Amino acid sequence: MSYLELRRVSKSYGAGPTEVHALSDVDLSMERGSLVAVMGPSGSGKSTLLTIAGSLEEPTSGEVVIDGAALSSMSRNDKARLRRRSVGYVFQDFNLLAGLTAVENVSLPLELDGLSAKKAHLAGIAALEELALADRAAHYPDELSGGERQRVAIARAIVGDRSLLLADEPSGALDSTNSEVVMRMILAACHRGVAAMVVTHDAQLASWADRVVFIRDGRVVDQTVPPPTPESLVAHRPVTSPHR
Amino acid sequence: MSVRHALLALLSEGPKYGLQLRQEFEEGTGEVWPLNVGQVYTTLQRLERDELIESDDRGEEAGSQKVFHITAAGRKELDTWLCTPPDMTEPPRDELVIKVLAALRVPGVSVHDVIQVHRRYLVELMQQWTRLKEDEADFDLTFALVVDAELFRLDSVVRWLDTADGRLKRAALEPPSTKPGPLIRRRLVARR
Repeated sequence: MSYLELRRVSKSYGAGPTEVHALSDVDLSMERGSLVAVMGPSGSGKSTLLTIAGSLEEPTSGEVVIDGAALSSMSRNDKARLRRRSVGYVFQDFNLLAGLTAVENVSLPLELDGLSAKKAHLAGIAALEELALADRAAHYPDELSGGERQRVAIARAIVGDRSLLLADEPSGALDSTNSEVVMRMILAACHRGVAAMVVTHDAQLASWADRVVFIRDGRVVDQTVPPPTPESLVAHRPVTSPHR
Repeated sequence: MSVRHALLALLSEGPKYGLQLRQEFEEGTGEVWPLNVGQVYTTLQRLERDELIESDDRGEEAGSQKVFHITAAGRKELDTWLCTPPDMTEPPRDELVIKVLAALRVPGVSVHDVIQVHRRYLVELMQQWTRLKEDEADFDLTFALVVDAELFRLDSVVRWLDTADGRLKRAALEPPSTKPGPLIRRRLVARR
């Protein structure tokens, strides 16, 4: 059963002659444990798709269903609770709060959801440990490198019992080594059952996904169907993949 | 790829047997490029003919197998090759570029659709290569370098397709250019 489903989702801004169709009739579904990349050029609608999938924005028409529940049938409070408990966001520019330490940034969503400060702190430390960042827990964002900041952002997105991870150009301006670390972390979250959607224009980032969906002018135009890794890629190497 | 220089590089570490060279060549290229025994011995014969390597028999120790050594001339040739950039001045006659250019001329064909077919194929290939590096434990340094090289090569083609897609989209919205076509060719020729 799909964990996230978008059914004929459209989104328009403005009206009349200035109306812009950011998304048109997008159908997309993903299972728990899967990593889907949405690839397209700037202005293709991929970021809008992500914000609608994460209930940060309402579609003009169509339906978003998360874990069997249609967002349109939820109250504002229910949606806010869903966002706090189940959905983690990773943005290109990290969006960490400068006045909070790494662990405070990570544990903040749990505290906002009513968990005690102590329990939230422990969960935050555990999430940072998972990403090999426990020794940076007390550092403020401006004391961290770009790669570390993005890892903190990922820790914040997966802390607690999140089951949907939505990432918008998660490697941002990071170099390719740090981008790979970021994608390995997102993949590790998927292996634990998280459903992750990454929107990007970067084919190397997208190639970590199980499925790559191509979007152009607000429409899904194509998607990859990756065959099993052929041994022809590697002459004599015993191929132990696929891992998923 | 220069098998000749790759073998010289392996021999720069010390004397080696032919079969050993084949095995080390494949390991050293992440086992992505297979090399048959015939290729190894033909190349070694040519290297010996050109006095870039020498051989001797190890007699009792290793049966009748020949051991190969690099000569001073071979070492000099290797050093020169390592620091000589490959000739990349001429654009390669790339089949994909030609297909996209040809699609522009064919009535009733959407160049965007043609581009997308190739983009999808390349991204699928990249997914396969990326899967090979998912398991870090099975991902040694030489293999990592080869996989990275392949991913960057495929990525550069995807980027070109993306740029071509965007350029064509913009061109469709703008009036046709009045600049003469041969200008670019003249500039390219002038730069050579």
